[in-house]
Amino acid sequence: MSCNCENQNPQSDTEEVLNRRGFMTKVTMGVGAFFAAALSIPLVAAMLDPIMRKKTQVWRSVGQLTDFKVGETKMVTFENASVYKWSGGIARSAAYVRREADGSFLALSVNCAHLGCPVRWVEKSEIFLCPCHGGVYHKDGSWAAGPPPRGMFDYKIRVQNNNVQIQTQNIPITNLTS
Amino acid sequence: MKKALIKIWHWVDDRGGFSELVKPLTTHLVPPGSTWNYVWGSATLSCLIIQVITGIALAFLYQPSADVAYESLQYIENQAFLGSFIRGLHNWGASGMVLLMGFHMIRVYLFAAYKYPREMSWITGVVLMALTIVMAFTGQLLRWDDNGVWSSVVAAEQMGRIPLIGDSIAHFLMGGETINGETLSRFFALHVFVVPAMLFSFVGYHLFLVFRNGISEPPKAGRILDPKTYRKWYEDMLQKKGVPFFPNAIWRDAVFSALVLVVLILIAWFVGAPELVGAPDLTNVNVDPKPDWYFTWIFAIFALVPRALGSYVIMLGPLLTITVLLSVPFLSKGGERSPLKRPWAIGAVAFLIITICGLWYIGNVEPWHPRFDAKPLSEYTTVPKADSTIQKGIQVFNTAGCLYCHAIDGHGGIRGPELTNVQNRLSREQIIIRIVNGAENMPSYGGSLTKEEMSDVVSFLMAQDKSGSKP
Repeated sequence: MSCNCENQNPQSDTEEVLNRRGFMTKVTMGVGAFFAAALSIPLVAAMLDPIMRKKTQVWRSVGQLTDFKVGETKMVTFENASVYKWSGGIARSAAYVRREADGSFLALSVNCAHLGCPVRWVEKSEIFLCPCHGGVYHKDGSWAAGPPPRGMFDYKIRVQNNNVQIQTQNIPITNLTS
Repeated sequence: MKKALIKIWHWVDDRGGFSELVKPLTTHLVPPGSTWNYVWGSATLSCLIIQVITGIALAFLYQPSADVAYESLQYIENQAFLGSFIRGLHNWGASGMVLLMGFHMIRVYLFAAYKYPREMSWITGVVLMALTIVMAFTGQLLRWDDNGVWSSVVAAEQMGRIPLIGDSIAHFLMGGETINGETLSRFFALHVFVVPAMLFSFVGYHLFLVFRNGISEPPKAGRILDPKTYRKWYEDMLQKKGVPFFPNAIWRDAVFSALVLVVLILIAWFVGAPELVGAPDLTNVNVDPKPDWYFTWIFAIFALVPRALGSYVIMLGPLLTITVLLSVPFLSKGGERSPLKRPWAIGAVAFLIITICGLWYIGNVEPWHPRFDAKPLSEYTTVPKADSTIQKGIQVFNTAGCLYCHAIDGHGGIRGPELTNVQNRLSREQIIIRIVNGAENMPSYGGSLTKEEMSDVVSFLMAQDKSGSKP
């Protein structure tokens, strides 16, 4: 026979009921927390994946030795380390390469050390000018004027079999203390 | 027929509880006199609704992929039916939202509506402000022209100033260590899913608080807010003098929001969205990245702040702003609410508006910005009969970069001093010393100009019309 439960006195054993409720509360909270944690894993994983991935650095040829005259600063472009089919026009980075009188090479990132805008080389006056907030650098990349807290960042550069090669790297991020 | 429809409605309402749901909202009482000064918040919300609708429309047309986003925007702008208008409305809706949110905050601050018991309204409002700014910034990036791409670099660089975790946050934003195929997708996900979800939650809560604590009554000079008695006083006042929210108060919100919509539609139709500048290309350095108008004043701060402080301002500026705003309701709790009795509040608002407008103006003029596109001084007229030396000097002035920062006769940059008739201020030797050594904010040209070039350009500067009058 089915009981008419609504008419039953529920207060048969108050302490036991409360214990039961406390337990059910804990179970619900615990299950809820598990639910949230389980769901956050794929979200966090997707968000962090590109940063946690192993970094790659590769050497990219940017020209022949003879392409660079001594004392000349030249802009070169090269493909970034890891690109996708859908990277489009941003698959490549640029750098300023300078061949010094002693034969050594200097490769400077085009990104201003202030907030990352692309600096322009002004050939005649041998300075780099930033269009955003007016940063100015000397030909060796050292700070000359304006807000940048430091000089330009440089790339590793080498010559192999007459090929001038640049090592790809991150977009330089200026930190608080640099 | 009518009877049948009414019957159906009664059934739906009885089982569905629609009247129950809406009635408390429409019939709740609001203080009398909450008139046209109370429309800013609802107008901001209307802009958000415009953004949602136009945003969804754009999402149907836009390709959030790094290689084709720019082309899809060209398609939206030039081919899609009403595409240009939709883009325009989304753009100006954002402008309207930022602007009206500003007015709303100013109104709330001046009327001290953030005081007891509405502190949480202010706090959630500050969160909403931050979220709106993030939306405005990420939206600007989704344009994915060269301005958009460089803006994402700038965003990453700003994050880089945060101690210890700066690099990680910068890389998190870019989706890697460089701008790459993932960057746009991330900003798209943030702009379209993550931030809107947060925005809606906070808007919902913000609105709930308006109903729970009631609209703040218009302040009266001399009426002191006492947290101990306020709630009871407010309830009594509402019972005596309150008017129903619907329609006594909401009609103004509706009228003003409609006006906002009409204005935005007109601007979107006749002015349109910002021009798409060049295709995204990190190897093109001939660009002039600049933020949308509502950020121009921050852009100016970054250029003007002393160099030694720059990085600290970039990092602490946003943090301090948020902290100060969040602390407002805790710094002034009760007491006077009327702006007439709070001169410092009026002063603070006036100071802020003047500062922002001033910075905004400077940010538009960009005096620090080298003028790469300055018109060369080929037909220079204050040296009417220029001999060959002086002509060569003019050439040096044009090509050595002098022109980017120094103007003569209205041509050239304004970063450095104007050099029209500089010969009246400086002697030949002084000019040479200045060029060779450089000065504050001027690089030294001693190593880069030949002796002859130096002599020519100085001869040109010295030969300018002594009287300063133009023929």
